[in-house]
Amino acid sequence: MAFLHIEALAKRFPQADAPVFEHLNFSIERGEFVCILGHSGCGKTTVLNILSGLDEASAGTVVMDGREVRGPALDRGVVFQSHALMPWLSALKNVEFGVRSRWPEWSRREVEAHSIKTLEMVGLAHALHKKPHELSGGMKQRVGIARAFAIQPKMLLLDEPFGALDALTRGTIQDELMQIVAATQQTVFMITHDVDESILLADRILLMSNGPRAQLAEIVEVALPRPRDRHTIHHDPRYYRIRNHLVDFLVNRSRAFAAPEAGHAPAVVNPGSDIPEPQAA
Amino acid sequence: MTTLRKPWLAPLLSVLLLAFLLGVWQLAAQPETTVVDPGLDPEYAALIGAAAAGGGQSAMPTPGEVGGKLWAHLTDPFYDRGTNDKGLGIQIGYSLARVLAGYLIAVALAVPLGFLIGMSPLAYRALDPYIQVLKPISPLAWMPLALYTIKDSGTSAVFVIFICSVWPILVNTAFGVASVRRDWLNVARTLEVSPLRTAFTVILPAAAPTILTGMRISIGIAWLVIVAAEMLVGGTGIGYFVWNEWNNLSIANIIVAILVIGVVGMALDTMLARLARAVSYRE
Ligand SMILES: Nc1ncnc2c1ncn2[C@@H]1O[C@H](COP(=O)(O)OP(=O)(O)OP(=O)(O)O)[C@@H](O)[C@H]1O
Ligand SMILES: [Mg+2]
Repeated sequence: MAFLHIEALAKRFPQADAPVFEHLNFSIERGEFVCILGHSGCGKTTVLNILSGLDEASAGTVVMDGREVRGPALDRGVVFQSHALMPWLSALKNVEFGVRSRWPEWSRREVEAHSIKTLEMVGLAHALHKKPHELSGGMKQRVGIARAFAIQPKMLLLDEPFGALDALTRGTIQDELMQIVAATQQTVFMITHDVDESILLADRILLMSNGPRAQLAEIVEVALPRPRDRHTIHHDPRYYRIRNHLVDFLVNRSRAFAAPEAGHAPAVVNPGSDIPEPQAA
Repeated sequence: MTTLRKPWLAPLLSVLLLAFLLGVWQLAAQPETTVVDPGLDPEYAALIGAAAAGGGQSAMPTPGEVGGKLWAHLTDPFYDRGTNDKGLGIQIGYSLARVLAGYLIAVALAVPLGFLIGMSPLAYRALDPYIQVLKPISPLAWMPLALYTIKDSGTSAVFVIFICSVWPILVNTAFGVASVRRDWLNVARTLEVSPLRTAFTVILPAAAPTILTGMRISIGIAWLVIVAAEMLVGGTGIGYFVWNEWNNLSIANIIVAILVIGVVGMALDTMLARLARAVSYRE
């Protein structure tokens, strides 16, 4: 069985006529980086909240590492869309807050050392004692990532972590995230609006149709070799095949996607698989 | 800005204004030695004081006289010559002790209760009618009931301080706790932080500025109310001092007491403002 297994997942908010999404079936393997792409309001955050345990599904099951997910737990680290740092704590204290919960038996020294190490990983060694309001948007998001990462979760859940950042900062943090994830074999589930970001980061991209009654329409495999480089990845002819496929889905097909029946497994596509791997120059 | 380039300007204006007001006061309170009204109503004379009515000396003291009295009080604040003649320091001490006792009891009760109301919509709905009815009651209205049930006048004053301090703290705490950002609570949940630790490490610091706003309002009200309460119950305290000096018709002493009440009130407010700044945060 896969590391994370989701079966027949549906969510209907009270007082809503139709479920936000239904019949969601997919799996994530250990060490995989999966992005979910879909129009605003299709229920991406709701899916992530159910995976994190902050929200409950109306139907269906989530099984992670052989255990059913019930409520939030330390084996899943969450990076929130709005960073959600505590403004009265310094960057370091924000990270320590999580670390202390994860290892309550650790001494103050150990907690601090581990937190500093994690903040250094995201390039914030110089800003340990700054309060969130003294940090730029990108730095705040880095602290959020460090806080989630420091507890060494089995799975990292990111809700559009770079949505509010400018392109340059976004690129830098994407690189950092990619490095950390590669080095630690971290399993990641990430929401994004950005097609290029998803191709750069993901092993597979889940495409959701529009809500209400959103479905998992397709799973796109990104067979580009790693390590990937932001500056050269678009030289690969397969890149544009994948990109065109994603954009085509978002623009043309996401709305008209017909709802299949309960047991349906989404189609798996691998755009550009017919193109041979380019030879290194 | 000009005020920034001349930092001495505002204090200078303050001092000039003070000098002007003291000057007006001095002129208005000048003893009128010239006119003695022969047809003075004896009853009126008795009422406003023989000296004033006689015109030899105004009942309104001059700034100099008040200054002298103030100096006398400040240099010897703790003398004790019987029940009706104690130093200003002793009287302020009594008042402060009552205010602090009633206020601290109010904090100890209102903060936890406010937490409960803020966290539980059920508790909020159950207690809201009581709060709405009890809040607008003038604290002094409780005084007779307190005197009747508690019997001790000093304790009754403490009770009145308690009852007037409790509402702003309660309401502000409940509001602060209820409006803690959902995100921060979710962070605590995903990190499996226990409810007690969440209360102390997330909700308390998040709501602290709002709680302190309530505490600051309360200490102000308590200091306003203690003067009136002590005028009623008598015995000791700055309120009683003012009332007693009114009976002695010592306007100079009353003015000194008014000044001291103002300064102490300002000190209390400044202390809580400092505390509020210490727990405030910027988002
Ligand atoms: N607590 C709630 N109560 C009722 N409806 C909700 C609630 N939360 C979300 N919804 C609805 O569920 C739908 C999906 O919301 P969700 O936040 O998951 O979308 P999303 O895909 O994350 O959108 P975006 O890309 O804009 O973040 C929306 O139509 C929203 O109105
Ligand atoms: Mg969302």
